[in-house]
Amino acid sequence: MTFLNIPQNSFYAMLAVLGLLVIASCTRLFLSAKNPNKDYTELRQRIQSWWWIIALLFLVLAANRITAIVFLSFLSFLALKEFLSIVPTRLTDRRVIFWAYLSIPVQYYWVSMGWYGMFIIFIPVYVFLFLPMRMVLIGDTAGFIRSAGVLHWAVMLMVFSISHIAYLLTLPVKNVDAGNVGLVLFLLFMTQFNDVCQYIWGKMLGKHKIIPKVSPNKTWEGFIGGLLTITLCAGFVAPLLTPLAFEYGLGAGVIIGLAGFFGDVVLSSVKRDLQIKDSGSLIPGHGGILDRLDSVIYTAPLFFHFLYYATY
Amino acid sequence: MNRIIKILFFALIIKPLVLIVLGINLRGREKLPVKGPAIIAANHNSHLDALVLMSLYPLTSIHKIRPVAAADYFLSNRLLAWVSLHCLDIVPFNRSGHVDKDKLFSGCHQALDNGDILILFPEGSRGSPEKISKIKKGLFYLARERSDIKITPIAIYGLGRALPRGEALFVPFNCDVIIGDPLPDAGDSTVFIKNISQSFAELFTQCLTRHSDK
Repeated sequence: MTFLNIPQNSFYAMLAVLGLLVIASCTRLFLSAKNPNKDYTELRQRIQSWWWIIALLFLVLAANRITAIVFLSFLSFLALKEFLSIVPTRLTDRRVIFWAYLSIPVQYYWVSMGWYGMFIIFIPVYVFLFLPMRMVLIGDTAGFIRSAGVLHWAVMLMVFSISHIAYLLTLPVKNVDAGNVGLVLFLLFMTQFNDVCQYIWGKMLGKHKIIPKVSPNKTWEGFIGGLLTITLCAGFVAPLLTPLAFEYGLGAGVIIGLAGFFGDVVLSSVKRDLQIKDSGSLIPGHGGILDRLDSVIYTAPLFFHFLYYATY
Repeated sequence: MNRIIKILFFALIIKPLVLIVLGINLRGREKLPVKGPAIIAANHNSHLDALVLMSLYPLTSIHKIRPVAAADYFLSNRLLAWVSLHCLDIVPFNRSGHVDKDKLFSGCHQALDNGDILILFPEGSRGSPEKISKIKKGLFYLARERSDIKITPIAIYGLGRALPRGEALFVPFNCDVIIGDPLPDAGDSTVFIKNISQSFAELFTQCLTRHSDK
């Protein structure tokens, strides 16, 4: 059964997410009514931005596969731009960076045509070798090594990793009740829910810091609590939204919990190195787009390859 | 008619370009002067500077925002002059040095009397990418005669990478736009220039993209 083109399980999952947002908005209204003197601007902006993000995402997912792939390629563009704007680059690399941007439409074209072999090697092999070739032709050798490293890291994180979300939409459908939209919903929801769970467990029980130098608010209690919650949740939700059975769902949950944590702290380390708090100001209440995509950059490829190995 | 051309130019070309392809990290939005007469003093590294600052304003008030621009450059050929006068509605400024001080600012005074918001670049020229050039005294002479008008300093960073002087290839980069508190009154030009330099230096510390140049 499908509603508005969306297979039923995915449709119910979307309704559940909208339900959570309604609860969040109501809670915020209740809080500001109860404590009129407290400033809830940031919480309000944050929830409002969530509404926008979810609305946009659900619209493109409901539209069709190509629209969703174009949308995700645009996310890659915004993420790559934000990353290259904050990390050290040389003025002489402008033309090389221009080519790095061009890798986005090409990579997503492989995704849209379902050419798996090319999708998986285009950035790690061709772009990896090509960008330094272009740099050599410009000929500025001062800072060459660092620059080549930064650029390759940038396209791997922002183009290669994020394009795995899009390739989930291109895989053959194995769970008819959820469709491929279910895979994307599962990945994104579990990743974001993991962030929330780690935060909540950390607030409730957090005592022992994991990596105080990078992220003073991250604790072992939050990390383990979040990981267990997500693992259990993923076990139960996976059979509904993905082709994975319960025990494989648990595996996916462990992967998302671990990878989500590391994605978060890896991007935190980048910001700490640059001595900035947010990577941009695109999303009110959240910061830049990387502040929202940090965990997904790590969970997307790892979940994808787990799924690919287990079912395809 | 000019107003319509300017609105279309910003709605269809400049705003999508600046807000989507380029991207702005904006700080201190609430300090942006919304009603004229007012003066915005910004640092200058790229042709995009004025376009980015104008894009901060809604289309309904965009006709009130007018960049002060060098006549010798922007009116140098017919196409550029048409775009400058109709799409951007610049206040032409003669920087050759052959004009009387009183007449030099007559265009600016007229615009301020009209309730417009002027965008001025006190360095007088774009200079080298991401470097502040020496601040000229011109703005001080204008400010001295209009002590009633607020001058809001705005620091822009990152556009020198997106489109540096002498380059035709546009490469997308987020830029920082940091809006500061209005400048205090100053009795003489040295104090004035010191104030504005200090303000820029303070605003630059809030940039997100400043570490990206090494």
